[in-house]
Amino acid sequence: MRAVDAVMECLKAEGVDVVFGYPGGANLPTYDAFYDSDIKHVLVRHEAGGGHAAEGYAKATGKVGVCFATSGPGATNIVTPLTDAMMDSVPVVFFTGQVRTDLLGTDGFQEADTFGITMPIVKHSFMIQHPTEIPRVIHEAFHIARTGRPGPVLIDMPTDLTRVEIDYEPVGDVRLPGYQPTTDGNQKQIRLAAKALANARRPIFYTGGGVISAGASAELTELVRADRFPITSTIMGLGAYPAPDPQWVGWLGMHGTRTANYAMDEADLIVAVGARFDDRVTGKLSEFAPRAKFVHIDVDPAEISKNVPAHIPIVGDAKNVLARLLTEYRAQAADPSRLDAWWERIDGWRTQHPLRYEDSTDSEIKPQYLIEALYEATKGECVVASDVGQHQMWAAQYYHFDHPRRWINSGGLGTMGFGLPAGMGAAVGNPDLTTLVVSGDASIQMNAQELATCAEYGIPVKVFILNNGYLGMVRQWQELFWDRRYSHVDPGRWPDFVKLAEAYGVAGFRFEDKTTLVEDIRRAIATPGPVMVDVRVTREENTYPMIAPGAAARDMVG
Amino acid sequence: MGEPGTKELLSLEELEASVSGRSGRKHIVSILVENKPGVLTRISGLFARRGFNIDTLVVGPTDDERFSRITLTLDGSNHPIDQVTKQLHKLVNVLKIRDLEPADTVARELAMFKLAADGPARAEILQIADIFRGRVVDVTRRSVIVELAGTADKIAAFERMVRPFGLVEMSRTGEIAISRGRGET
Repeated sequence: MRAVDAVMECLKAEGVDVVFGYPGGANLPTYDAFYDSDIKHVLVRHEAGGGHAAEGYAKATGKVGVCFATSGPGATNIVTPLTDAMMDSVPVVFFTGQVRTDLLGTDGFQEADTFGITMPIVKHSFMIQHPTEIPRVIHEAFHIARTGRPGPVLIDMPTDLTRVEIDYEPVGDVRLPGYQPTTDGNQKQIRLAAKALANARRPIFYTGGGVISAGASAELTELVRADRFPITSTIMGLGAYPAPDPQWVGWLGMHGTRTANYAMDEADLIVAVGARFDDRVTGKLSEFAPRAKFVHIDVDPAEISKNVPAHIPIVGDAKNVLARLLTEYRAQAADPSRLDAWWERIDGWRTQHPLRYEDSTDSEIKPQYLIEALYEATKGECVVASDVGQHQMWAAQYYHFDHPRRWINSGGLGTMGFGLPAGMGAAVGNPDLTTLVVSGDASIQMNAQELATCAEYGIPVKVFILNNGYLGMVRQWQELFWDRRYSHVDPGRWPDFVKLAEAYGVAGFRFEDKTTLVEDIRRAIATPGPVMVDVRVTREENTYPMIAPGAAARDMVG
Repeated sequence: MGEPGTKELLSLEELEASVSGRSGRKHIVSILVENKPGVLTRISGLFARRGFNIDTLVVGPTDDERFSRITLTLDGSNHPIDQVTKQLHKLVNVLKIRDLEPADTVARELAMFKLAADGPARAEILQIADIFRGRVVDVTRRSVIVELAGTADKIAAFERMVRPFGLVEMSRTGEIAISRGRGET
């Protein structure tokens, strides 16, 4: 069969039911194969939208996302989603077309050195050298993307090599001598960690996106509840442990809760699971958790002791390690009353420093209130995809996630324009749940063209724009740290978002009145198909609390 | 130290003081890799990303044609190499990586020196080459080429000795290394 038909066979063998993509000259052969294939292809309106949609699909389903783009500009347009997937460990396989082999390196039409450009931002990449290797490469790519610490893999396919007839034989095994992720944690280390937990008087669990990638939510929840361990997580890890919950102290870091940050500051033992001590989590590194010993569980050995030295490092898959840690911890028969004083301290912070904002007394909509209203109107039974900025922080603070894979955001790279396409991918992958997209008036315009995709395929995302008429987070930093010199954060003139929605064939609403907001939201969500709502919120509202840049966690402000 | 995002100015001293984790010694890193296109770029890219300068780099075949060995050296007093070694491990085409202890390692380099050798200087050059166990591999009326293998120090010492005679040019391979004893590198 043709090599491109073998590509379709391989996708089927990998269980792929939907891909996101955009055709062009160099991947014409592949698109000819899509013509007869059962695989659903979603035609996005920009390759960046395709890449983020594949990410959203992967994050919502746990399956590998797939994105197709052509050579040259198609390939350079996926550089941002590739980097995003790399930073947040999202399993996505990207297929790019490439000019024919005799044009390689000659500045041929629509030629870009895709393999070279993307090298630092992929978990791995392949450039096809010979048509017969295509099936094996595809299976290796999926294997690498989904195993170990997940991540993006790119396959660059020169167009002439995809037009060849090959003998296709299903590939049953994948052999990669240099790639053998450690998934089984070391038993001795696990026992040491259990002992440390049993002896700790001020322990806390600090978990990240790795717990969700590993599908280890049940194991984590059981372990945390095996005693009264307090638990916090990164913004990437929301939903791995069900919130709200008495043992959940909120997420941590720059805009996390005071309780979580203070508890980290005073903890004597921090159990980090699938988290990477990012600078937005630690604040000033030299003053981060000064009293704590660290257990660090991660499938990626390069993360251990990268920023904070681990006393008990455990390299392994979180699901495997947490289940065994639970058994070992139970064998310790620790006395739960040793945590009484610690909980007294934590409860004190919780009472004194809940998340709060000054609500309006008239019809003005505070952005925080909008998120609370979304939570109330949906009872938390939604997938929420977020863009990047203040609205992202408020959504993470005031919407609560009691299941993994319900909160989809760009944490590591902080990619504006991520929200709509990611929500679109999530909705395609998870049609039984309502998908909300929380965006800002600036972020939404970075990939607004995907509204057309949503309209064409009837992808029923409900987009809520927190419209404050500012690049809000940058404005906040200029207000707080740059003497209110507002440099280029007021765009002056935005489009009419209701008309924009309607122009794309999407239902548009504008909400400005707090008193009817919950009902208005219900009405918008009940509207069939995709919906975009322009919500006018307070113009100058800051995201608090906040660890000022360079400050220690204990010195949170606001 | 000032933070990005705030208007506090940084001093150059602060910038320089903020780099930590340097080992202070020279590192010889031996990396066994799959013999595939792009592998060298992936490896050198990890160093370049952190602004590390690789001093020498040698790539050659091994006894198994599927694999190549890369030997590179860099100065640990300039760069902390722990994290970069871990990152190297993550590359799918990298099978094995060793940061070789100098005491447990035999490291050698090959160098060729083209020297101006007119008249009486010629005899002296040949004598020095002999002391260093170098071999003359080319002679013309006005020049000789000396080939010399040994440690990087030995080659540097030879260079110092012959430079006054008129060093036209020099070409060095960079070090290759193998661990002492029965175990594999």
